[in-house]
Amino acid sequence: MNIASLRPGIPGELKYTRTHEWAQLMDDGTLRIGITEHAQDLLGDMVFVELPAIGRHVAAAQECAVVESVKAASDIYSPVAGEVVAINEALTSHPELVNKDPYGEGWIMRLKPGNGADLSGLLTAAAYAELIAAEAH
Amino acid sequence: MGKKTPLYDWHAAMDGKIVDFGGWDMPLHYGSQIEEHHAVRRGVGMFDVSHMTIVDLEGTQVRSFLHYLLANNIDRLKQPGKALYTCMLNEGGGVIDDLIVYFINDQWFRLVVNAATHDKDLAWLERHANAFQVRVTEHQDLAMIAVQGPQARDVVHTVLGTAVKEAIAALAPFNSRQVGDIFIARTGYTGEDGYEVILPGDQATDVWRRLHATGVKPIGLGARDTLRLEAGMNLYGADMDENITPLECGLDWTVAWEPATRDFIGRAALETQRKNGVKHKLVGLILNQKGVLRNHQHVIVEGRVCGEITSGTFSPTLGQAIAFARISTESIGANTDNSCEIDMRGRLVAATVVKPPFVRHGKSCLEAPASGA
Repeated sequence: MNIASLRPGIPGELKYTRTHEWAQLMDDGTLRIGITEHAQDLLGDMVFVELPAIGRHVAAAQECAVVESVKAASDIYSPVAGEVVAINEALTSHPELVNKDPYGEGWIMRLKPGNGADLSGLLTAAAYAELIAAEAH
Repeated sequence: MGKKTPLYDWHAAMDGKIVDFGGWDMPLHYGSQIEEHHAVRRGVGMFDVSHMTIVDLEGTQVRSFLHYLLANNIDRLKQPGKALYTCMLNEGGGVIDDLIVYFINDQWFRLVVNAATHDKDLAWLERHANAFQVRVTEHQDLAMIAVQGPQARDVVHTVLGTAVKEAIAALAPFNSRQVGDIFIARTGYTGEDGYEVILPGDQATDVWRRLHATGVKPIGLGARDTLRLEAGMNLYGADMDENITPLECGLDWTVAWEPATRDFIGRAALETQRKNGVKHKLVGLILNQKGVLRNHQHVIVEGRVCGEITSGTFSPTLGQAIAFARISTESIGANTDNSCEIDMRGRLVAATVVKPPFVRHGKSCLEAPASGA
């Protein structure tokens, strides 16, 4: 059975991390970043989101934000190295956007990949679907 | 695979997120536990609490048995139907369970005890009932639905019909009544008005569906926990257990010391503790900044760890984190401004010690801190 094709909530055009972030390559070369549908479902209702400062430089896999739900506080790791160029201020007063629309209104930040930032290590939708299917067993 | 209540299929069909609770497969939420929380504070919600254990105690000596078994005194129940919250203690004064006892008649009392403590509770009851020739009957045939919120009583009156409405409309808080094969109590675990309805398991789904059809929102265990913590109510296994006495978990008020001649299990240990001074105390905490207080985080007063959080959560009503913490009695008076710090993921964050409850009947119970004091 092809799990990837059956699993909803994993848009094919995005890239994913093993720590349940997604990244979308925008026309201007920046990456829009958030957490996956699977991650928000595991965490439950969000109550606070701690955003990074604009202009901050982060390394790949470095902690750069915190989402805190009724269940747990969870670090967000940057998918690649780069500079934070925008943050989703709406999450400060409406953290529930992460639950309601994790790939849209619930985005967390935009990152300008640094020189030599490597996107090839990120997971495809199919690979991410396999990862969470494996976690369920 | 855990045990399932008669309403399990409904929860699963409505996309309830199912989790294990004390060996039962129960709904944590049906989408958003915060929305469910607000529904109970602002309107009405219903909980499947059929996992809780319902035990009837019958016999001519049932009063004597309960005088001996419970730390609170059933003689406080003057009229049939009255209910009482109490702890059941071991010889050391530790809490075996907390429960509600209902006075049905002089030879028949009903207990509702926790699900997770089912086996040890039943064993304890059986062990001590023999000497009083009291019959212990567990009702696995019964289901239990709690309907809570400012609109709860109205919807129950509508759904259960005129005969039931006439029988229960004048029921005072902490009173109950049997109407046909339905037992209805004006009790709950949310800090809101409402009923707990005990009914035959095969009628549960029908009543639940009818409540749902009138707009009553189903509420999972997640919101049940935030509602009870806002209301300042203890959770067994988190805020107290067999190594904690009622005096150490904020339940002093449930211990009936008078008459001094009543010898209940655990009394001697409690007397000793009271004489020597209680070393730990349960207090309320609020966090005045972002973040969520979590179970087992350390509480620090003047640089020293003086206890830990026993129940911590985000309060949807207040929009900030709240908690119960057990801290050493001597640390409480140390700071006149009631300030303390919490070790949150390696960071020290300021919190304030307050007296629970945090919320009652939809309103904050916290007073604005006195300025310039």
